[in-house]
Amino acid sequence: MEHASTAHPYFGVFVLFVLTFGAFILTTIAARFVSRRLAAKDTEKIKLSIYECGPEVTKQPNRISPQFYLFALLFLLFDVEIVFMFPWAIDFKILGWFGFIEMLLFILLLTIGFIYAWKKGALEWHNIK
Amino acid sequence: MEWAFIAETIIKVLVVVLVFSALAGIGTYFERKVLAFMQRRLGPMHVGPFGLLQVAADGIKLFTKEDIIPTGVVKPIFKIAPVITAATAFMAAAAIPFWPEFTVPFTDYVVSPIISDLNIGVLYILSVMAIGLYGPLLGGMASNNKWSLISAARGASIFISYEVITGLSLLAPLMIVGSFSLLDFNAYQSAGVTDWIVWQQPVAFILFWIAAFAETGRTPFHLVANDHEIIDGFGTEYSGMRWGLFAIGEYANMFFLAFVMALIFLGGFGDGSVLGALGLLLKVSLIFFFFLWTRAAWPDVRPDQLMWLCWKVLMPLAIINIVITGFVLMF
Repeated sequence: MEHASTAHPYFGVFVLFVLTFGAFILTTIAARFVSRRLAAKDTEKIKLSIYECGPEVTKQPNRISPQFYLFALLFLLFDVEIVFMFPWAIDFKILGWFGFIEMLLFILLLTIGFIYAWKKGALEWHNIK
Repeated sequence: MEWAFIAETIIKVLVVVLVFSALAGIGTYFERKVLAFMQRRLGPMHVGPFGLLQVAADGIKLFTKEDIIPTGVVKPIFKIAPVITAATAFMAAAAIPFWPEFTVPFTDYVVSPIISDLNIGVLYILSVMAIGLYGPLLGGMASNNKWSLISAARGASIFISYEVITGLSLLAPLMIVGSFSLLDFNAYQSAGVTDWIVWQQPVAFILFWIAAFAETGRTPFHLVANDHEIIDGFGTEYSGMRWGLFAIGEYANMFFLAFVMALIFLGGFGDGSVLGALGLLLKVSLIFFFFLWTRAAWPDVRPDQLMWLCWKVLMPLAIINIVITGFVLMF
């Protein structure tokens, strides 16, 4: 199978983007319309409250464990590394020994950072202990 | 642009969206059947022959259910979140060749069944699937519910951690093939079973497979909507079709990841004959079946075990795999 020789390779992506978002938004709107016509309506106040064991919750502070933020930081570090490695992997055979040794040094530096994060306990889940 | 190209693209998009929406529905039927048989039950049996129309019945139920938007949610974000999940799952299909090139019967018009032949195919699929994270994240945070919030935070940490594994495990096959395009992956392995990349890269294959379980939120890593801990996670406050869109996104994601896995590691559609194309569908079905089998056979892990597995086991393994691959390719 040959590669297509079109000048607009991203046209399909654009059509897919418009069509999927449009179709799924229309689906929710249509479902809302149909259900309003068909489903039993009951405007009891407690029904519209959020799922809870009875009490009506008034305010929900968005507090989550700092552990999640730590993983987000680690992700930033290592995913940037991977983004840097993708072009290298594609041209691996062209770059030869030079590129390989450069990348080994890069991986070595990152491994040092990784070991540091490990020793500091950034990879542990503290809340459970 | 010629009109033929525009019409062809739109038809391809419509076929892919319709076929995979239907497949996502039928996927739920297969999941219930497979789980039922593994637990010595019959599964859905009453609606239609062998319960086959259960999918349609579920669809009608979801569509006509009362659309409840609870008090206190952030309405625009709450409404758009399921759409993001479903739409991004389908957008990943753009760079996947589903079938080898064929000629339209009675004409000599050649169609290549790939929506957009991108030169950065794999990278595009990875990035679109990463955007899919925003569905559960925004839905959970807009829901004003603590279960949803925990689920959103968990989902974000799991997705981004395993994003690293997905990328690292694909680097080694990329080094071997030297192209992002799934067509080039297929061409590299077209000679036969012995050329499949899985024989050269078994570690990368297993790493990618484990990461696929985490990315789709399937059972050993089904922590985002773990029923006995956090109700239905980010889906707790959703009802009717909005919840259904999350489900469609999840199942479509499973199918597309199965296609990606079969094309990158398991030889794809081979030399492009009809037999090879049917082989691709067989591989995809087997991978999909494995997703369901694992759900029947394995318990869920804890979130801390999941993170331990990702950062302390899989990531060093993936980096060592890349270095070894590099040395083998250089010598």
